[in-house]
Amino acid sequence: MTKYTEDHEWVEADGDIATIGITDYAQKALGDVVFVELPEVNASYSAGDEVAVVESVKAASEVYAPLDGVITEVNGDLEGDPSLVNTAPTSNGWFFKMKLANTGDLDGLMDEEAYNDFVAGLE
Amino acid sequence: MSDDSLLKTPFYDMHVAAGGKMVPFAGYSMPVQYPLGIMKEHTQTREKAGLFDVSHMGQAYIRSKSGDDPALAIEMLMPSALAVLKPGKMRYSVLLNDEGGIEDDLMVTRTFEPEGTLYVVVNAACKDKDYDILEEKLGDKITLEPLDDRALLALQGPKAEEVLASLAPEVAELNFMEATMVTLEGVVCWVSRSGYTGEDGYEISVPADEAPAFAARLLANDNVEWIGLGARDSLRLEAGLCLSGHDFDGTTSPVEASIIFALGKKRRENGDFVGADRILKELAEGAEKVRVGIVPEGRAPAREGTDIADAEGTIVGKVTSGGFGPTFGGPVAMGFVPKAMAAEGTKIQLMIRGKAHGATIAPTPFVPQRYKRKQS
Repeated sequence: MTKYTEDHEWVEADGDIATIGITDYAQKALGDVVFVELPEVNASYSAGDEVAVVESVKAASEVYAPLDGVITEVNGDLEGDPSLVNTAPTSNGWFFKMKLANTGDLDGLMDEEAYNDFVAGLE
Repeated sequence: MSDDSLLKTPFYDMHVAAGGKMVPFAGYSMPVQYPLGIMKEHTQTREKAGLFDVSHMGQAYIRSKSGDDPALAIEMLMPSALAVLKPGKMRYSVLLNDEGGIEDDLMVTRTFEPEGTLYVVVNAACKDKDYDILEEKLGDKITLEPLDDRALLALQGPKAEEVLASLAPEVAELNFMEATMVTLEGVVCWVSRSGYTGEDGYEISVPADEAPAFAARLLANDNVEWIGLGARDSLRLEAGLCLSGHDFDGTTSPVEASIIFALGKKRRENGDFVGADRILKELAEGAEKVRVGIVPEGRAPAREGTDIADAEGTIVGKVTSGGFGPTFGGPVAMGFVPKAMAAEGTKIQLMIRGKAHGATIAPTPFVPQRYKRKQS
């Protein structure tokens, strides 16, 4: 099941490996993405750490680690085609994969319904 | 989201209706982008025509109190050849302080009024300050009449001539940096062939109450789209043009800012403007630091405030404008480096989020300018 953070990231867990990207709402707010700075594989982060940077024509924005874990893979396709974040934010535009320190932490994130309510409250 | 303390231009309702994302800018609520998005708005302007609301900028007439040429008075504060301007000709110039620093940059145009009245356009964020400086220093010689009842539109891009000439054929005859009075749709407008995107195009000063209907007429043409502040910035950055308050401020001289072209040849010889001691010395010996174009390696944009380091890693300067150039197809920037490092091709490093990224000093504009200059 896909989970969401208040920083507009989606987290798709398969066992203890989570794939993370930014939501459609986030890519729309950012506008045209021109560069993504991805973390190093094997680097470890705690929830809330700045782990990646996404740059639109307008400005740079941080992407935070949604949960504690270690980076296992990054989406190299974003280097050549950062606009994947705009065109396919929840599929080919994923940012990185993390081995979660504690899969139970997923329960603390929002499900789709809660995230949609959260976004509706922002508008 | 609205903020009642912000001023609105005559086009505010049109921007909102067009889906413009309104943001505070220089005390006005202005569109940063429309649903098209910055990238496509940028490309629209380079390939067809973009319509910009620049009504937040300051428009004013300057007249002489004694009846002689008002340019003679303002030349004291502006180092460009202004007294020689013939009716319908315009120049880019800078407003200097006593230290030779640039308070603002502006356009000065000679109108067709018999007394040689000048029409100036100054930056939105600086207009009160500029008017105060002119009043304080030259108030005994000139009168300044802000044109608060006029809107200002910029129509920029390769299709701009075709679009505007369909309403008034005579605008096709104007060359870059020429202006004239034109009746467009029954409305008397002041039209200049100028702009700040590097493209051919026009700026159109139009009475505020007629302005929305006039803009709607332009937008009815399939080649025209509203363009917001976001693309305005990426367009002027690619064109290598300075942004007041970013690429220079009151401490920066025209020599440091690499806008020596704004200094008239005779004016340099005569040195008859404020701050001339410093400016002439820098012209002769070179300034300690100068504004240069920078092309970063890779894709990471270097934004304003990014530290510039030499090959050894010593911080030597700062980026003053930087981002992604949609037409250039990669990041571009401008910033200040010591004169010894200003030569094209010099390798530098940009400290982006604590990491050194290679970059090269490059000529500006980053994208060729396409002004319609006089055929000689």
